[in-house]
Amino acid sequence: MSSPRSDRSPWNWLLIVPIVLPLLTPLYNFDSPRLWGFPAFYWLQFAFILVGVATTSIVYQMTRRPREAVKSEAATDE
Amino acid sequence: MSEHITEIVVFTLLFLLVSAMGFVAAKWRAPKDMAHLDEWGLGGRSFGGWVTWFLVGGDLYTAYTFVAVPALIFGAGAAGFFAVPYTVVIYPLFFLILIRLWSVSHRHGFVTPADFVRTRFDSPLLALLIAITGIVATMPYIALQLVGIEAVLKTMGVTGDSVLARHAPIIVAFAILAAYTYQSGLRAPALIAFVKDTLIYIVIIVAVLYLPYKLGGWGSIFDDASAKFAASPNPGDGITLNANNQIQYITLALGSALALFLYPHSITGVLASKNRNVIKRNMSALPAYSFLLGLIALLGFMAISAGVKPLPGAKEGSLDTNTVVPLLFDQQFPSWFAGVAFAAIGIGALVPAAIMSIAAANLFTRNIYKEYFRKDATHAQEASVAKIASLVVKVGAVAFIIFLDPQFSIDLQLIGGVIILQTAPAVALGLYTRWLHRGGLIGGWIAGMGLGFWMLYQIPNAATGRAHFGGSAFPLTKFGFDTPKTIYVGFVAVAVNLLVAVIVTLILRAMKTPEGVDGTEADDYFADEGDPRLEKARTTPDEITSST
Repeated sequence: MSSPRSDRSPWNWLLIVPIVLPLLTPLYNFDSPRLWGFPAFYWLQFAFILVGVATTSIVYQMTRRPREAVKSEAATDE
Repeated sequence: MSEHITEIVVFTLLFLLVSAMGFVAAKWRAPKDMAHLDEWGLGGRSFGGWVTWFLVGGDLYTAYTFVAVPALIFGAGAAGFFAVPYTVVIYPLFFLILIRLWSVSHRHGFVTPADFVRTRFDSPLLALLIAITGIVATMPYIALQLVGIEAVLKTMGVTGDSVLARHAPIIVAFAILAAYTYQSGLRAPALIAFVKDTLIYIVIIVAVLYLPYKLGGWGSIFDDASAKFAASPNPGDGITLNANNQIQYITLALGSALALFLYPHSITGVLASKNRNVIKRNMSALPAYSFLLGLIALLGFMAISAGVKPLPGAKEGSLDTNTVVPLLFDQQFPSWFAGVAFAAIGIGALVPAAIMSIAAANLFTRNIYKEYFRKDATHAQEASVAKIASLVVKVGAVAFIIFLDPQFSIDLQLIGGVIILQTAPAVALGLYTRWLHRGGLIGGWIAGMGLGFWMLYQIPNAATGRAHFGGSAFPLTKFGFDTPKTIYVGFVAVAVNLLVAVIVTLILRAMKTPEGVDGTEADDYFADEGDPRLEKARTTPDEITSST
């Protein structure tokens, strides 16, 4: 076998954001400003879902191995 | 009952449609030979992006979620919204941790988290503890799915006075579920999940557009809720959190997220996908459900605004807040659409109940039957034992509902969340490091369980007046802190579990106690579909799992 494979990547650190942000209640525990009638407490937490989607999408795109690479790596492992 | 006849007809028709799909599912993407646990219990480990999305989504967002989270919001306000940060936090955690479990399981043919622990730490005892914890935590969770169906049936007036008449519809529904799960395995919930989620998305999109329009807009819905909480004597409610329940909110969201991915049924859903990219891509697609969950949660406020009064509970004078969402639909929608909504909740119970019973059956088969009763069981024997175990699990869950107060299953589920968290050091940390000693992990498990039970025992239930097991919010005063703040029990218990595991590990290492042989290698944690070593592992899994 050549070099040991790994899924370590500096991009993974980005995932800390959606793990920590929704847990910081002092940031969003307010009624105002309201958005379409939603108190800040609610619409900000909906917004955090989008942050989660964005960060996992970025990390996925940056760390995925294209199928060809997987195949050729598999071939050299023999 | 007669005024609900349209609802009942629509509900029954949709229910029969998915039941038929459940039986046909055995032929869907099926291999030549279903007599293998990989095929029955993991759908052949072949699911691509879409199927995984529906399967894992259908698995994590259960009928109970649809009924209980809005009920919590209805009763307590902002504190019930913890479900949203909880489902935001889950996916990055899955991304970082479960992806490795998928790889190592794919490489070694593991079907359960206990299989992994067995090989990683070379300890049948630790694996047995993990398996039993998983089965015990899953049983009341399945029973809760029945509570979800029951709330719907109750609203439609399909209830009788005798014990048998009251539960007959649920027994019939579960008998059908048991039959097609037995035949089709994980393929049945995977196929039905498409229908379930389509129905739920339609219902919720209509609900969040139509109901605020009828109730005077979102602003007035929140104002009505705020007025109700201002008038109530409970200091913990309101449309935002107060100074005392923020730590509870944070630790409950984080603790529930950690617990969720340790539940055997979530792991089953993930292990059934065909490669790493499918899982990773899903971690950015699955939060679509979190949006849905947040909107469903807000139905609790709409129910306040619409003046919904919950139906009476099982005990004299109590209220069953689980009925608020069905009642809201019943009062605000035309009856045919209410029937569709009820079917969505009812079918929403079947998908997770099927996956949970399969996961529990897999645990029993691999980690109890094969480990202790029949070391040389063939693949066909494994598959047939798992099928029978899945029936036993469902009969047990029905018995829970018929012979015990449903409130009791809710309490058990609360305990379930706390105990499943105690497997985190072995399963989740074990995927990253083998530093903790197997003896340390066993010691930590015992300490975490003991403390968790003690803390839950100390919590009274204000609503029902019982002195014990009344919730998951532990008052910090009981630890001697001079504060009215509360914290989530599971979070404290798992922290102590980890601390004990570290201390015992240091002691055992100083005493030079043998640590066993690690049956995995560093490279296994990154294996992917098409890895040349897989074929060997898949054709001779017995060699790898019995490394005594």
